[in-house]
Amino acid sequence: MVVADHAIFFHDYTETDQPIVGGKCASLGAMTRAGLPVPPGFAVTTHAFSDSMNRDHVGPLLHSMLDSLDVSDLHALSGAAAHCRRLVLDAGPSQAAEETIRDGYRQLCDQTGIDDVAVAVRSSATAEDQPDASFAGQQDTFLWVRSADDVVNHVVRCWASLYTDRAIAYRHENGYPHADVAMSVAVQQMVLPKAAGVAFTLDPTNGDRSTIVIDSAFGLGESVVSGIVTPDNYMIDKVIFEITKRTVSAKEVECCVEGGAVVQRPLDAERSTSPSLTDDEIKAIARLARRAEKHFGRPQDVEWAVTIDADGAETVHLLQSRPETVWSNKPRQVSKGVHTGVEGVVSNLLRPVQVKS
Amino acid sequence: MTKDRFDSPFSITTPPGAEGWEDLYHYHLLFSEARRDYDESMFWFRDAIHLPTVMPPFDASLVEYAFASLGSYNSRHYIVPPAMGIDIRILNGCFYLSPVPVADPTEIPGRVEHFMQRAGHYFANWDAIEAEWIDKAKVVIAKLEALNFEPLPDMVALEVVTGHAGRSNVYDLQHEYHQLVDLSLELWQLHFEMLNLGYAAYLDYFGFCKQVFPNIPDLSIAKMVAGIDVDLFRPDEELRRLARLAVDSGLGDALCEGTVDQALAAVLDLSGGKAWLAEYATAQYPWFNYSNGTGFYHTDAVWAERLDIPFSFMRGYIRKLQAGEEIDTPKEAVIAERDRVASEYIDLLDGDDKANFEAKLGLSRTVFHYVENHNFYVEHWGISVMWRKMRELSNVFMKEGFWGDSDDIFMLKRDEIPTAISDMTFAWSAGVAPRGPTYWPDVVAKRRAIMAACQAWDAPPALGAPPDVVTEPFTIMLWGITSDSIQKWLGGVSDDGGLSGFAASPGVVEGIARVLSSAEQVSEIQDGEILVAPVTAPSWAPIFRRIAATVTDSGGMMSHAAIVCREYGLPAVTGTAFATKSIKTGMRLRVDGDNGVVTILD
Repeated sequence: MVVADHAIFFHDYTETDQPIVGGKCASLGAMTRAGLPVPPGFAVTTHAFSDSMNRDHVGPLLHSMLDSLDVSDLHALSGAAAHCRRLVLDAGPSQAAEETIRDGYRQLCDQTGIDDVAVAVRSSATAEDQPDASFAGQQDTFLWVRSADDVVNHVVRCWASLYTDRAIAYRHENGYPHADVAMSVAVQQMVLPKAAGVAFTLDPTNGDRSTIVIDSAFGLGESVVSGIVTPDNYMIDKVIFEITKRTVSAKEVECCVEGGAVVQRPLDAERSTSPSLTDDEIKAIARLARRAEKHFGRPQDVEWAVTIDADGAETVHLLQSRPETVWSNKPRQVSKGVHTGVEGVVSNLLRPVQVKS
Repeated sequence: MTKDRFDSPFSITTPPGAEGWEDLYHYHLLFSEARRDYDESMFWFRDAIHLPTVMPPFDASLVEYAFASLGSYNSRHYIVPPAMGIDIRILNGCFYLSPVPVADPTEIPGRVEHFMQRAGHYFANWDAIEAEWIDKAKVVIAKLEALNFEPLPDMVALEVVTGHAGRSNVYDLQHEYHQLVDLSLELWQLHFEMLNLGYAAYLDYFGFCKQVFPNIPDLSIAKMVAGIDVDLFRPDEELRRLARLAVDSGLGDALCEGTVDQALAAVLDLSGGKAWLAEYATAQYPWFNYSNGTGFYHTDAVWAERLDIPFSFMRGYIRKLQAGEEIDTPKEAVIAERDRVASEYIDLLDGDDKANFEAKLGLSRTVFHYVENHNFYVEHWGISVMWRKMRELSNVFMKEGFWGDSDDIFMLKRDEIPTAISDMTFAWSAGVAPRGPTYWPDVVAKRRAIMAACQAWDAPPALGAPPDVVTEPFTIMLWGITSDSIQKWLGGVSDDGGLSGFAASPGVVEGIARVLSSAEQVSEIQDGEILVAPVTAPSWAPIFRRIAATVTDSGGMMSHAAIVCREYGLPAVTGTAFATKSIKTGMRLRVDGDNGVVTILD
């Protein structure tokens, strides 16, 4: 039996769904509804998670085990965490949750016109009950998942990632009851890009909000996100879309899919040092990042990918957009002691240009 | 190989054949042993932006007026707190400039008070003063137009006698020449009345843009203040209007055939031809008083006297229109884009930064109209009329046998001309032969030979000791003198045959070089070539539609020329110092406007 609120497609997302789809899916949903080119997908909601955990007393079992745990005993923590994850994996989804996930995946196949469409399965945190995304690491991201069975399995593996040592200790330290945790999971069509990476809608080195900075490498964006390659770096002005800086780096490898798995493939010298993006692609990515920033009303940190279809047509996709946190909380301000009018002209004249370094 | 100072002006030798070049210029503008200590202690940079070639004597004495005006407004009118004027020297026919700081820093606070009061008055009343300024400029130009250099008559007209004029051509000729000189000075005085303050306000805005947005492109900064209804752009607009009218009236093909005279004659007989010719006649004054140069050389081609130049631009527009291409952007679109760019940047700011940005942008927009507009009235219209009147005077001399070419008069210094007038009118009065016809032709020939010899000299970009700081706003804004440019000049040409300069306009292209040393050669340019020039004058605007990139010897990021270049979306590298010397027409180049590098490919 398919349950409507166990899965919500990005294109059906509304703001009231936010608590049950988590931050990442809410963002993907909002981007989709804003007309941004997000690969299609759906959220496996917290209801699917809760429905599964409430069977056979899985939840109470987990919580009673954690409530009596001394998290400062790292050995005990590690053992309990492993045990919890095993419990979640063994319990698997409820029948309703499983049928809803399978139905969602089938709809995604129909929508994309691809049988066994490849998807990425990622956790989508619902509240402050988990370490932030950069802390969570890679274990709850599964790439190139290609069958309904595997999608179901990987959703459950995401759920299990709520019980890593670190996540448990984090909740304990911050006073979040384990009984309140819930998780949503994003299931999204995966694209095979010629190049991918991240873009900031400000310059992270100086907080300049007029700049979009793009890090880019060949293949899947995981090489950029994980830091295994030094990406090409581009700076673009977000008002007139002039490319103001280009730094092409030697990119030793690219991440790609081989035999159903994501692998790192070495690049030959010529390809390694050639730019991963054309000027038009750089500008198209910057325009999308700018649209995302305008839509969300604050600086964004986006993930993007450029694909080329069989006809040679290029598409830039946004895979994720989240608020930039460093400079947004501490905006660049330069006006201390700055004057305007004739006083401003004077103080500028009195600041002579140094010509000897 | 980097040095820490440039050659001393006293170590420079005279090029062969240029011996005696000092006689072409005023004594006080030469480096001299008598003040060697001062001359050697200063930093002198070559003004290849405005004065790229060897200066004719008369032209050089007007340059002095320009710098006297620039300096006096800085030092004596507005009391620019840290800066006096700009000193000038001529060496082997080339101009070198030296910004003069206020020597005693303890004077600066007192100067600030005066500046606030004086400049404050202008900023507070800018638009009204600018309107007044345009009226004043028009009066000066009208007076120049009214100057009357008549050939000397055998007998003065009867009306002069019966009208009891009480004076003859002896007085009139001298008086009219003195008027011309005074009016030229007045034009340059007017030129700088508001310009220094305009640049100072623009620099403040520019600096603040770079503070709030360290990565902002210069093009954006310029776009936000882009002038609307600027007379400087009218000449080109008039050509587009004439082109559109020609195409709409079915006269396009006829106007594109043969010489200018042939085309005009052909149109006369066609339907709609008379109406077009009437519009053409209307457009010419004042808009064809448009110089292809910087206004400092009598050799600058002026449309009114070289109709082939506006015609070739107009023909280009006609062909584009016939091919269904757009030739201009509607004014509304320019305004909308300017406002979009500004509001997007403003929306990225908060609090004081936002308020300060808006205030500085506001003042900059107020002044920038003048910064662009003055150029038409002085360098184009007024100065073009002045050269025309000088040639009328020269024709009077020619009729008396003084020399054989109307441009020969420019081989005389400003203060030699009254003497020659005296010679001519004295002889006329006495009824004897003037001495001039046996005196000046030799002088003119010798000076032309000296100028040619000087032109072959490889003028270094700078002389003397670089200063610690530059405080003079023009030096930074127009000549782009910064630590980078000085270091590049000291370093010279890099080992791999590359030239470096300012990344003045982004983009990378490869193509064939066309080296032009003067505005006279503009017609040599072929579509798609890379223009290599001492400087790219904004008045060359129409050729920017034909070329692929621009490389110049001089100019900073903010020089008006660089801004126009960016407006046309062409890659440009400016301030390379050596481009016109290292590059020959026909060479293949790569111009990297992103990084400010020019590479000679073969």
